[in-house]
Amino acid sequence: MIRVCTDPFDPGAELSVFETKAGAAGAVVSFIGKVREAAGDSAVTGLYLEHYPGVTERSIAEIKEEAAKRWAIDDVLIIHRVGELGPGEPIVMVCVAAAHRRDAFEAADFLMDYLKTEAMFWKKEIREDGEAWIEPRDADYKDAARWKDDEEE
Amino acid sequence: MARLLFFGKLADAAGARARQVKLEPETRTIDDLVAVLGDEDAALGASLNEKSVRFIVNETLASRDAAIGDKDEIAFLPPVSGG
Repeated sequence: MIRVCTDPFDPGAELSVFETKAGAAGAVVSFIGKVREAAGDSAVTGLYLEHYPGVTERSIAEIKEEAAKRWAIDDVLIIHRVGELGPGEPIVMVCVAAAHRRDAFEAADFLMDYLKTEAMFWKKEIREDGEAWIEPRDADYKDAARWKDDEEE
Repeated sequence: MARLLFFGKLADAAGARARQVKLEPETRTIDDLVAVLGDEDAALGASLNEKSVRFIVNETLASRDAAIGDKDEIAFLPPVSGG
């Protein structure tokens, strides 16, 4: 399931539902991304996330389909917040259920790398010293590029 | 009227997230449209000409030379950053 939402979500409750639904799948991996409290020397007072309704959901669906081609996974949950968020709030949650842990770990890792660099979101950091639109760091692009080499796997 | 959408820092550059514009018949491609917008506002033109900017016409990714018409929704996207 893919959900883009403006309201806060409860990662614990979401994981509980997902894990129950996963039934006898042998492995469930979850990742939660949260708003950091600082950017360099400056305190972050909030984030603002923008999306392109319809197009953003489709971009996430394509990433999910790619993961399903590469790994033997049973189910995927992707939740992504948009709008205004405060420090400590969850931004993104990825859960993967699979028969075996390696598929679940790798698919979750891949999904996060691609959500960072391919999904249609735009993120503004609101800091004590001003606002700035954030672009992926070189490290984020490098992380995503790790998966390009084994495209034919 | 065509509907233009600007996301992220490009909305700041355009001064709005959406605009309705009448496309003249000679504005045939995204490149033509960027030139028209740049004539009105050089700073916006420079932002839209950055290599990292991508374009979506009617919810599908399009290249700079993609044909556009007066009923289209044309979106300008800076580099994405989710998660």
